[in-house]
Amino acid sequence: MKMICTDRFSIPRRLLLGVLLGGSMMSALAQFRVEISGVGLTQMPIAIAGFRGEGQSPVKISGVIQADLERSGRFKMVDAAGQSLDEGSRADLPLWRQRGADSLAAGSVTRLPDGRYDVRFRLWDVVRGQDLGGQVYSVPAGDLRLVSHKIADYIHEKLTGDKGVFSTRIAYVTKSGRQHTLWVADADGENAQVALASPEPIISPAWSPGGDSLAYVSFEARKPVVYVHDVATGRRRLLANFRGSNSAPAWSPDGRTVALTLSRDGGSQLYVMDASGGEPRRLTQSPGIDTEPVFSPDGRSIYFVSDRGGAPQIYRMPASGGVAERVTFAGTYNISPAISPDGRWLAYVSRVNGAFKLQVMELASGTVNAITDTAADESPSFAPNSRLIVYATQNQGREALMTTTLDGKIKARLAGQDGDIREPSWGPFQK
Amino acid sequence: MSRVLLAIAVAACLAGCASDVKLDSVPVEDKAGAAVTTGSGAGAGGAAASAVTAVDLGKGGQDGAGPAGPNVVYFDYDSFVVKPEYQSVVENQARYLRADLKRKAMLEGHTDERGGREYNLALGQRRAEAVARAMTLLGVSGGQLEAVSFGKEKPAAQGSDEASLAKNRRVEVKYR
Repeated sequence: MKMICTDRFSIPRRLLLGVLLGGSMMSALAQFRVEISGVGLTQMPIAIAGFRGEGQSPVKISGVIQADLERSGRFKMVDAAGQSLDEGSRADLPLWRQRGADSLAAGSVTRLPDGRYDVRFRLWDVVRGQDLGGQVYSVPAGDLRLVSHKIADYIHEKLTGDKGVFSTRIAYVTKSGRQHTLWVADADGENAQVALASPEPIISPAWSPGGDSLAYVSFEARKPVVYVHDVATGRRRLLANFRGSNSAPAWSPDGRTVALTLSRDGGSQLYVMDASGGEPRRLTQSPGIDTEPVFSPDGRSIYFVSDRGGAPQIYRMPASGGVAERVTFAGTYNISPAISPDGRWLAYVSRVNGAFKLQVMELASGTVNAITDTAADESPSFAPNSRLIVYATQNQGREALMTTTLDGKIKARLAGQDGDIREPSWGPFQK
Repeated sequence: MSRVLLAIAVAACLAGCASDVKLDSVPVEDKAGAAVTTGSGAGAGGAAASAVTAVDLGKGGQDGAGPAGPNVVYFDYDSFVVKPEYQSVVENQARYLRADLKRKAMLEGHTDERGGREYNLALGQRRAEAVARAMTLLGVSGGQLEAVSFGKEKPAAQGSDEASLAKNRRVEVKYR
């Protein structure tokens, strides 16, 4: 198996993509950039020293780690310029304390004779004078960025107690001219790779709980049809191609069931079907529109949008169907529900004075906060640690993706290089 | 043949490699004191953990011919009522379908750009179904019609002014 694996990876994947898709599509997208820093935040000051040897490495490891930690909103970078350190150094902790750092990470990257890279690092608690451990990786050049994200995850978890999401992936859709492209990128927006290129629209990508497949709506047959797409292999299968429109796929937490919106019996109504296919089972019987289902993390409830009360509002019902109770009450247009993986928060989009604004509701209390200054917010999706939301919006007439902390204080923006960028879905923790 | 074998090998390998990925597996005692964890990295020779294979669908399909005359019904904001001024469009298309029961039409509903993509998809569906109902009232067999929606994904006009938005709230009758 190992031999075969090595063979497979000797195929120049990027070259293949380039041939398939042409040069213009391969233009990389910029990284998520931190744009707005809130006031009164508690941020941990941390110094990330330049990794010894990273000048000769294809990836500036310390830079990736710094950008990850800053984007989380939980850290503030302390300048470590001019300090020569690595994981084996006896770090001068009082000096770092003087510089205002509560913690310090340092490491090294070394090219091995076989072309792989040895990456190692260590983390110190400067205040307590404690060694918080480290890791050693041996990876090909193509994984240096992934390793950098893994190191940022380690630091995030050690210092905040919450798992980091830097090594997770996001999917999103771009539109450039008539070309619609579904991408899979690192959570920082880098390393974007094409999953699907189509002359027709693609909407509503949703990661499977295992993180290997995307369900989405493709209009390639000139009607909305739901596909399930294994992103590693590119294998796709039709999940729902019934008469009328097929849309809004949502995975159950165990990955076995997909809820979706079908119009096959007239109107837009909710159904569930086996993720492997088969006959859908109808969940709702309303005279109006029922759409945008999402499962609660325990799998017991489905949140969805319905205009049964005269205007679109978010409702909740048992996952097997039954009586729905209304969840949103303010305003006359509340759509696109997303539930945080910890089950505490509901993110959705509300029309307020003609603008579409991302809202976050604490489900236990019902307290709602609008957390953006933009006017065309769409499609919120939670990070798997429930600490960040990615959403689409418009900025100076251009579509962009934003990440935000749940309090709205730290935001980062990912702009498409040319054309529009939309429909983000944040993937689960990678195994 | 060898290509098929390679494809199978690749597929098998992807499954194997993906489950091999474990970055922080073996804890190792470190002289400096704290635990250090080691990992073999993500895959043996490439970015296995984040491998994505591209699928390119190429060019889109073509529409077939329908009857002479307009094939678009326009709607008021937030409405799916077929207005009297578009009754002639509906009647013309209905006559064409009634003339040959083998003809099939797609009724493609669209909305303007305001609001969410999925909710607009449902609104466009409602418009397409309204036109389907109007046609069946004129004697067209339901089996000749399929009501679908593009939501706000395929605007006819690009602007955000009211005139453009009005051009986008529509149902197009298409033949394939």
